[in-house]
Amino acid sequence: MIDGLMIGSVYGLAAMGLSLIWGVMDVINLTHGAVIALGMFGMYIFFSAFAMNAYVLLLPIILAGLVLGVVIYWIAVHWVIDRSQLSSLLSTFAVNMMIIGIGTAIWSTSPFNVNFSLPGFTLGAYTFTGNHIAASIAAAVIALALELFLYHTRPGKAIRAVADNREAAELMGISSTMVLTLAFAIGIALAAASGALVSTLFPFTILSGAGYQMKSFVVTVLAGLGKPFGALVAGILLGFLEGVVTPFLAVSWIPLIEFGLFVVVLVAFPKGIFARATV
Amino acid sequence: MIFRRPVFWLTLLFAALMIWVPVTGNRVALREDLVLVAIAIILASNLNLMIGYTGYVNFGHIVFYGLGGYVGLYLVTGRQWNLVWAALAAGVTVSLFALALGLGILRLRGAYFALATIGVLLAVQSFVENFDPWGRSTGMYVSFDSYQRLGGARHALWLTYFLVIGVMALSMLLSLAIKTSKFGLGLFAIREDEDAAVVLGVNTTLFKAVIYSISAFLPAVAGALMFFKNGMIDPSVAFEFMLSLEGIVMLMLGGKGTVVGAALGGGLYEKLRSSLLTAPKLSNFHLVIAGGLLLLVVLFAPGGLVGWLYRLAPRARKVLE
Repeated sequence: MIDGLMIGSVYGLAAMGLSLIWGVMDVINLTHGAVIALGMFGMYIFFSAFAMNAYVLLLPIILAGLVLGVVIYWIAVHWVIDRSQLSSLLSTFAVNMMIIGIGTAIWSTSPFNVNFSLPGFTLGAYTFTGNHIAASIAAAVIALALELFLYHTRPGKAIRAVADNREAAELMGISSTMVLTLAFAIGIALAAASGALVSTLFPFTILSGAGYQMKSFVVTVLAGLGKPFGALVAGILLGFLEGVVTPFLAVSWIPLIEFGLFVVVLVAFPKGIFARATV
Repeated sequence: MIFRRPVFWLTLLFAALMIWVPVTGNRVALREDLVLVAIAIILASNLNLMIGYTGYVNFGHIVFYGLGGYVGLYLVTGRQWNLVWAALAAGVTVSLFALALGLGILRLRGAYFALATIGVLLAVQSFVENFDPWGRSTGMYVSFDSYQRLGGARHALWLTYFLVIGVMALSMLLSLAIKTSKFGLGLFAIREDEDAAVVLGVNTTLFKAVIYSISAFLPAVAGALMFFKNGMIDPSVAFEFMLSLEGIVMLMLGGKGTVVGAALGGGLYEKLRSSLLTAPKLSNFHLVIAGGLLLLVVLFAPGGLVGWLYRLAPRARKVLE
């Protein structure tokens, strides 16, 4: 159960990326799952090349994620940002297909894992593995960094301004293209980082991203759009829920539960369960 | 009247050709190619009812096809039903399921619905993988005497082919019929501006749920036929996410919102895909190429092939709708 809480913080991190992009530019980024998978393989490649502490390798992965985000933004998102939501849905989806296609060609769909573990400790009847603790701490640190960035730096404030009202922000002299590129890049980097963290916990294939993408959607709607920090909390909640449920049900039922939760939350609380608290 | 529309006769002509060409000379290999084309057209046409007419992206359209296959195979093998009745029953069951589901998830607007459909796919797949009567993840096989009852395997395969072509023709005619009906106008109103449609008295949730259900019927029938023809079904082939997505590519390629576009895109894409899959160097990259195509179409030619034709020859709009 506590394990669930820790894994949940990684879900939360993934969802923060999705939520940021969704909230700021009203684009549902369907490359999300593919980028999570790329993050996993990024970790795999770096780890086999340098054999360093996997959590140090997060930094280059975040940097690579930022670059990738800028590239994807200029390929797929920039041209359709003023068109209907369906256009960006389909264009990001097309990029998703290309990434998965290339990934399948390189790595096939067989499972990989990153062979790295930190010592854990035992407390009473529970055993905490080092990787889970480290992953949840890393997730929390990144989330905190994002929060500080958004609320206490000029570019961060610009992102929030554009999210609130793009026209008004432009009139105030903010270049919305720059800001949107930046926000998209950060969103992608967060997804890549969460993928990298997941890769230290579980084996993965190039297709694994899809499941985490679904979780990210659930978490995002739970938290409400464009509330990155709420996403972290909601992610932890989801992880906790999975931890509670798994002793009673086979793991393969989880998508069904998540989907049910997704629909119920959307229909019952269209603005997220934290809507009232943050207004 | 629907009979006055050129597309009506084009569809019949096309279906007749699809039957006549492989039958003359008993060309089985050609038939196997064409059946995939027909399935692609069925999926793209029915997806068009959602994406093209109503403006709602359904990422999990393949659920209907897979579930239809499961219900159909279960009735044929488990209950010894006749293939035709089993396929129809599969269609009806899946449609009712879609109606019930639609009344729930179609309260969601636009992109939220699109996300929910991804969830539907994952959820249904996880359900089937845990469902004992349908063989969990190993799936089901068609017992050999099911073919015997249809007069032997060779005869049964031809029969299924004719039925699939029939379903294909029906899919296109259904698209045409809806496009020319008042119901269709209601759907277009939802696509253009859902709030305005509500104000004008369109019961949008009901309309959306009904079209969702209708778009489930023929794919489910086709699924039952197709998996009967293949002789087996399991969750990974029944709910292949890729096929669901390729349906979207086909539709966008041909031109969403048009009857001919859906068929054209379906046919062309299937041809393209099979030639890519058989080319040794490219087989791994067919997804990349499909994605690239979709991206190009979305960015530069939102009307697809048919939209391009319209611009080239505005008169075509009257003939090819």
